Amino acid sequence: MKRWLALILALALAVSLTGCHGRRDTGEEVAAGLFTVPDTFDTAKDYEITFWAKNDTNMTQVNIYKRAIADFEALYPNITVNLRLYTDYGKIYNDVITNIATGTTPNVCITYPDHIATYLTGADTVTALDNLFTDEKYGLGGSELRFDSPTQEEIIPQFLGECRLNGHYYAIPYMRSTEACYVNKTYVEKLGYQLPEVLTWDFVWEVSEAAMAKDAQGNYLVNGQKVLIPFIYKSTDNMMIQMLRQLDAGYSTANGEVRLFNDTTSQLLTTIADHAATGAFNTFKLAGYPANFLNAGQCIFAVDSTAGATWMGSDAPLIDIAEDKLVSFETAVLPIPQFDPEHPQMISQGPSICVFNKTDPQEVLASWLFAQYLLTNDVQIAYSQTEGYVPVTAKAQDSPQYRDYLSRCGEDNDTHYRVKIEAAQLLMANTDNTFVTPVFNGSASLRSAAGQLIENVNKSVRRKQEINDGYLSQLYDEVTALYRLDQIQTTASGEQNLGPLPAASKGLLLGLLACWVVMGVYAAREKFKNRSVGTGKRKEKSVNFSEND
Amino acid sequence: MKKLTAMLLVLAMVLAFAGCAKTETPAATTAPETTAAPETTAAPETTVAETEEAGTVMSHDAYVAADMDTEVVVETYVQAHQSWWDNKVTVYCQSPDGAYFLYELACSEEDAAKLVPGTKIRVTGYKGEWSGEVEIMDGTFEFVDDGDTYIAEALDVTDLLGTDELEKHQNEFVSFTGLTVEPSTDANGNEAAFLYNWDGSGEKGNDLYFNVSVNGQTYNFCVESYLCGQDTDVYKAVEALKVGDVINAEGFLYWYEGVNPHITAISVAE
Repeated sequence: MKRWLALILALALAVSLTGCHGRRDTGEEVAAGLFTVPDTFDTAKDYEITFWAKNDTNMTQVNIYKRAIADFEALYPNITVNLRLYTDYGKIYNDVITNIATGTTPNVCITYPDHIATYLTGADTVTALDNLFTDEKYGLGGSELRFDSPTQEEIIPQFLGECRLNGHYYAIPYMRSTEACYVNKTYVEKLGYQLPEVLTWDFVWEVSEAAMAKDAQGNYLVNGQKVLIPFIYKSTDNMMIQMLRQLDAGYSTANGEVRLFNDTTSQLLTTIADHAATGAFNTFKLAGYPANFLNAGQCIFAVDSTAGATWMGSDAPLIDIAEDKLVSFETAVLPIPQFDPEHPQMISQGPSICVFNKTDPQEVLASWLFAQYLLTNDVQIAYSQTEGYVPVTAKAQDSPQYRDYLSRCGEDNDTHYRVKIEAAQLLMANTDNTFVTPVFNGSASLRSAAGQLIENVNKSVRRKQEINDGYLSQLYDEVTALYRLDQIQTTASGEQNLGPLPAASKGLLLGLLACWVVMGVYAAREKFKNRSVGTGKRKEKSVNFSEND
Repeated sequence: MKKLTAMLLVLAMVLAFAGCAKTETPAATTAPETTAAPETTAAPETTVAETEEAGTVMSHDAYVAADMDTEVVVETYVQAHQSWWDNKVTVYCQSPDGAYFLYELACSEEDAAKLVPGTKIRVTGYKGEWSGEVEIMDGTFEFVDDGDTYIAEALDVTDLLGTDELEKHQNEFVSFTGLTVEPSTDANGNEAAFLYNWDGSGEKGNDLYFNVSVNGQTYNFCVESYLCGQDTDVYKAVEALKVGDVINAEGFLYWYEGVNPHITAISVAE
């Protein structure tokens, strides 16, 4: 194995050296990177495609995928779709990287743009969908489709825009969510406060501190219990990213320059540390699921994905604590806290779908047809109803079926669970206020680093360390090293015409890809040997949605 | 070899990007990330402890009495561990006076292989609680090579199920007798003797969940796949369970919003 690796490395080096004398190419090769759509889909030949899908450890979502496949196969009897299920985006990412090596990538894959940026490091991996979008016959809303597909204009522009990398569309959005603050309104009012329409960070901190008052026996006055964490944040990655965005502070540039470590970040961490020190704030990683604390009357402000809404509140259809611990209270669903409530800003998240290149263009076309089928109203509406997701097309959002669903908010505590539908409505009402962070190779690490800052400060202050300039400086160095942020290569702006690569450089990139792929395979094999999926994430039974949902 | 590989790759990339440099450099041709970034890191620990006893080995009683988020040092004996990954391993430990759950202990793969049952280790970490499970997190350890070993006998806690007393035995190696397998219901409304994942949405290789009743109460037990994978006897035995079977079980008294033992063995009750 080691010799093999060394050989490939040597090859990569050799190619890289020759590649340094590149020529300027014509634009033809760039055009070749875009998929050329066959004139006609060959229905006489059978195609078997694989679909790697992510669900939130949710059987209903699994069943929707299976139903969609069955319905699609009925429309296209010559296409068979094989479903492979995941409950973790990171595992899909690792498996795709590994399978690039062996040429066994799936045909269609649920993914994140951050991940696509890495897949694209290899040549000819993910299909650029631009030509497929606009193809008259098989494109979005195409004339030869056997189902009612949305037009490109009917996909919510913000969501579609998130799938654009390097000037091309490499994915289509599948579902979208944001974060919400699920509030125990009963306790807020018991503490003498009235909830504003839009929470501010100051309000949340103030109420959280006020809730820390105890009686002589050590019980918190607001809930009469020994346990209370007034403010719990599930995804500290998102917390830091959104706080910085709301303050128009640095995070990264579009071309991958890291701006995370700045004065605003330090001020935010200092504030967070102050409230962690009193016990008014904690995180999922250190305490547990916000939903469990909220439902037990041990949390007042629980920030989590709208895709986790079915776990939130006294009447939630999914409850993960003992019945005798459940406390009755009124749940309010509000946007995450803001620094400027007049101009709220919140993250857009949720899965997208990419199509992988194959040698047979007909196979790619078959894959595209299935991917596109996932945008039909039946699939979009059914899947969105499983959680506080929002359909990604106006066609679905405006349909009588979906409007009826929304109008029945609170009619029952299952399909029409109020908190879930309000969470979806929150995103629909704030779509224009959503944002995404720049995507580049390394952006996923930067996300993790942003959250790690909060996690470390939270731990340290509880362990009686002083959070001062020296501490923060050391923390920044450690997080930079841990996530290899100093190795992220900045690039030219992503939207420009990139121009063709010299053939030698292509060879170089292929060689480099081969190296990484070999290492990936090796790492995966080692990992498999150790039987660990290895995200380090808690995987208790209520791991029902990931931080990226 | 790993360092050499990394150096060569860096060198190759430097040369590559030098060779490709022009204004239209593709945005994606940056340093590849082949592995997901680690999720956690040890907090900077330049200062320690609030008590004069920081750094000294604690008894289990002292550990129980220690405040959350304080540094703890214990000497204890390995009973089992979950699969090693990314220089971390989660270990079930027990001493004659009580048990410890070491969550993601910093550990090389080489050392993880030495963490066989009975091995004595000295652990330094921080006391924490996650969804009711009291544990040592952000820990480091060293082997204590004094020839002392200890493997706990399973304590039968069947009669303690449903009592406050049970929690005092958290993380201990325990046994249950005369449990009746009760049906679990998945999201499709189907009843089964066990589920892959909590709601049946998983597949072979995932954690197994199954319900058992005793003394009129039903409890949810788990076969933690990182501890006992699909090739282990207990995993296969649970897959073979039928509703109504009466079984005995052994495992570690893990806690997740209540008792949720990690089962390591089951047998048919006689």
